[in-house]
Order: sequence, then structure tokens, then C-alpha cells
Amino acid sequence: MTDFGSMLFVFVLATFIGLGVIRRVSRLLYTPLMSLTNAISAIAVVGSIVVTGADHPLTIRILGAVALFASMTNIVSGFMITDRMLKMFKKQ
Amino acid sequence: MHLVSELSAVLATSLFIFALNWMNDPKTARRGVIAGVVGMSVAVLATWIQPEIIHHAWIFAAIVLGFAVGVPLSRVPLTAVPQRTALSHAFGGLAAGLVGTAEFFLWINEPGGGHITPFRMGALVLEVILGFLTFTGSLMAAGKLQEVRWIPQRPVTYPGQNVVNMGVLVLAFALGAALVVNPHAPWGAQAFIAIAALATLFGILLIIPIGGADMPTVISILNAYAGLAAVAMGFVLDSKLLVTAGALDGSSGLILSIIMCRAMNRSFTNVLFGAFGKAQPAIAAGEQKPWKQETVEGAAQLLEQARNVVIIPGYGMAVAQAQHKVRELYDALTKRGVTVKFAIHPVAGRMPGHMNVLLAEANIPYSALVEMDEINPEMPQTDVALVLGANDVVNPSARYAKSTPIYGMPIIDADKAKTVLAVKRSKNPGFAGIDNELYTLDNTWMLFGDAKAVLADLVKQFGGGGIH
Repeated sequence: MTDFGSMLFVFVLATFIGLGVIRRVSRLLYTPLMSLTNAISAIAVVGSIVVTGADHPLTIRILGAVALFASMTNIVSGFMITDRMLKMFKKQ
Repeated sequence: MHLVSELSAVLATSLFIFALNWMNDPKTARRGVIAGVVGMSVAVLATWIQPEIIHHAWIFAAIVLGFAVGVPLSRVPLTAVPQRTALSHAFGGLAAGLVGTAEFFLWINEPGGGHITPFRMGALVLEVILGFLTFTGSLMAAGKLQEVRWIPQRPVTYPGQNVVNMGVLVLAFALGAALVVNPHAPWGAQAFIAIAALATLFGILLIIPIGGADMPTVISILNAYAGLAAVAMGFVLDSKLLVTAGALDGSSGLILSIIMCRAMNRSFTNVLFGAFGKAQPAIAAGEQKPWKQETVEGAAQLLEQARNVVIIPGYGMAVAQAQHKVRELYDALTKRGVTVKFAIHPVAGRMPGHMNVLLAEANIPYSALVEMDEINPEMPQTDVALVLGANDVVNPSARYAKSTPIYGMPIIDADKAKTVLAVKRSKNPGFAGIDNELYTLDNTWMLFGDAKAVLADLVKQFGGGGIH
């Protein structure tokens, strides 16, 4: 059973941490920041894995597999392009 | 097994926070990518080894396909990064919407329906609305950025547009509320599908009236929505890891949206419902002052005699693919002892930070990239301001012309430099559709032509030994 209170608690605390950390991100790096957070929020992949891999009806698993594909695309392209961009920032 | 997944979630969350923390400095930022990849791998593996997962081939196939599409998507030219970002917001929204739909149908078909509580139903409705509206909204934004033929670039407006848009959204939420109150209703499945369809439609309607100049803000807002969709999914699946990662993404989108809005002196509602960038009906009253055109030779001389030069790049530079020629000019000038800096307006380009990435790609050191607030006090001592494909962000009428949509927008004070050189492709107004009086000031000289071609000619002046 979902413990609504503790989930909300986690959400509020994580938002405050997020606001605190993101506020300090270098303004030079907003584009890579967006691709990095994109990849991180593709953690939704764990939800897709459960929907795809568990013993569910076929239609459900198809929905899950498409979601898993979409999340995986974000993870791969998000991390790779972030690294590609960050490599370009040189001091001198 | 439960302990493994709990511990891996804590580890992944910590690594994600470290990843974002390291983004505060370009020197440590690449570490952040490694932390992110490790965190993600831990989370994926910990989920995959759970005993209820039995269809391994399916998972494997979807992951392989994800790599097959993801790798090419990470190699797009940097001018296309805004489109790629919008596309990945779309994928994030799609994943949330699909998982929400799958969970809904799993739960209503369960004997007894014990999973369905009003709270869970509320989270499901939110997940599906946010997911599908982010999906189609981001696809539309990506289409506009990619300049797909059948999606109009200019904002499209019609009478009653906001009423229609809000009506669609309100209807979706009303159906959602009915489901929350009555989670076991016999019409539940139909209502749920209707909610998903309305959210899909709303995403399209939301982006139709939005123009290119607003893309940095819109991409940021869609980023926040994608994060919130992941949070809602976390509530549905009872996953603290998802809630945390989604909240990090959501707060990042929120902060970037606020920064972008402030940089345009506009509110969220104004961006989403204001149809910025519609051609303004004849504001330019009175006589048009004449332009003064400068030759490439003259411009080269001005630049060479300057002690310091500030280059103000805009989206026009990216369109002309001129960033590598900019680098050559930067080299030629620095070699002659001229101090060259780049003034970066927060909304220059098509997404937050776009100019910085384009210039970094051309090997311009990031120490030469200066934010608007830091460069403006230096502008009066600047010998030459070179405006390169920027327009609205240097328009002095933003300071006082109340009738223009850019009124109140902070600008880079190019007009305060001793001399202004403006490279411009044509004599058309910018995205905001307003005349730029910077071009007709006494100390401004125009260089008409494609930014790349003009820069190539300028560099030739320095390289060819033409002037000394």
C-alpha cells in the first residue's frame, strides 16, 4: 500500500535539493545540463522494465516495451551527447 | 531482493545528485556524466534481477533498439541540439504516458481491484496527462525547431484560442477528478482513454501559437513537465528513486524556465498564451533613419585598431554555421593584441546555453564567454561591438518602447560601445517582428550578407597581409 505521506515527503525534499544544486550550475553549461537531467529522468526505465518483463498480458508488455525503448533512447543519447558537449569546454 | 533494490535506489539517487553538483564547473562536469551512467546502470540492473522479471528477451530487445536510435541521436550537429532535446522530452513524456496506461489497465482488470485507490488514481491521471501533453508538445516543438515543412514556424493564432486550449485541459482534469472520486466506475476505461486523448491534443494546441524566439523558454517548461511526469510515475509505482530523479529534472526545468522568462521580461502565462513573435502591426511610425553601410576593408581596419572587441552572437550565427569563422577572427584579433570577448544573452539561440556550446565547439575558450550582466558595465569602454546574427537582444527600444513585445527585456548594451558593427543577412526585422534602431544609430555601421561569408572576408583581410 502506498504511503502517500512519505512519498510526498521525498518529493518535497528532493525538489529542494534539486533547486539548491541546479542554482549553482555554471551558466555556461545549461545546454549539457538539460541533456544530463534528461538522461537522469529517464530513470523511468525501471518502471518500464517491470511492466515489460513481468508476467503481464501481451498488450501491456507491448506498451512497456515501447516505453522501455523510449527511456533507453533518452539514457543513451542523453549521456553521450552531454559528454560530447562537455569535452568541448576548454579553459584556454 | 527487496534490500538490494532499496540500497541500489539510494546509491543511484546519491550519484545523480553528485552528477548535477559537478555541473557547477566545466572542469568537473565530465565526472558528472560518469556518476550518472553508474547510477543509471545500478538502478537498471537492480530492477532487472528482480524475481518477477521473466521476459528477458523483450527487455533485451528494447534496450538494443534504444541504443540503435540513441547513439545516432547523440551525434547530431550542435546546431540541432535544441531539436534533439525537445525530442528527448517527447520520449520521456511518451514513456510516462505508456507506463501509466499499462498500469491503469493492469489494475482495473485485477480481481477485486485492490490496487486502485483514489490517491493512486490521482497520480495515474496526472502521470498520463503530463506524459502525453509533454509527448505531443515536445514533438511539435522539435518539428518547429527542425523547420519541418508542415509545421508553421511563425506563431499561429485564432480567435478564442486560449478558451479552446483551456477547455481541452479542463475537460481532461474534470474527467480525471471523476475517476479519482469514482475509481471503480464501469466507464473508467473509456474515461481514461479520453483523458489520454485530450492530453495528446492539448500538447499540440499548446505549441501552435509559439514562435522561435520563445523556444528557449518553452523547451525549459517542457523539461519541467517531463520531470513532473516522472515524479507522478514514481507516485504510481511507489518508487522513491523515480520521485527523486523526476524532482531533480523538474526543478532543473523550473529554474531554467524562470531564468529564460526573466531574460525576456515575461511571465510563464505570457509565454504560453501570449503568442509572442506575431508580426506587430506597424509600430515603426515616423521616418526611417538611413542605414550606414561599411565595407569589409573598413570593418577590418576598425577591428584592428581597437583595443577591445565584444562579439555579440545570436541565432543568425548558428543558422549561417559561422562559429568556426568566428574562431578564425578571434585568433586573428587576439594575435594582434586585441582583447576579444563574447557577450552571451541568456536567450540567445534556441535553448538555454546554446551559444556557449556552439562557441565551445569552435574551440573558443570558455573564459572568453561572458554573461550579459557581467559584460554590460564594460560596454561603454568597448571600442567595437560586433553584432553577429543577434537582433532583439541588442535592440535599445526594449528600454523604453512600451508598445513593443520586447519592452522591459534586459539587453546587451551594444549601443553604448564606441563603434557598433552589425552583420545582418537582410534588412528584415528579427523574430519579434520589430525594427531595431541599433542599426541606424550614429555610431553603427552595417555589414550586409551571410554571417559566414562576411566573416570569411574579414578574416581574409587579416590573413592576406592587406592591412598592417
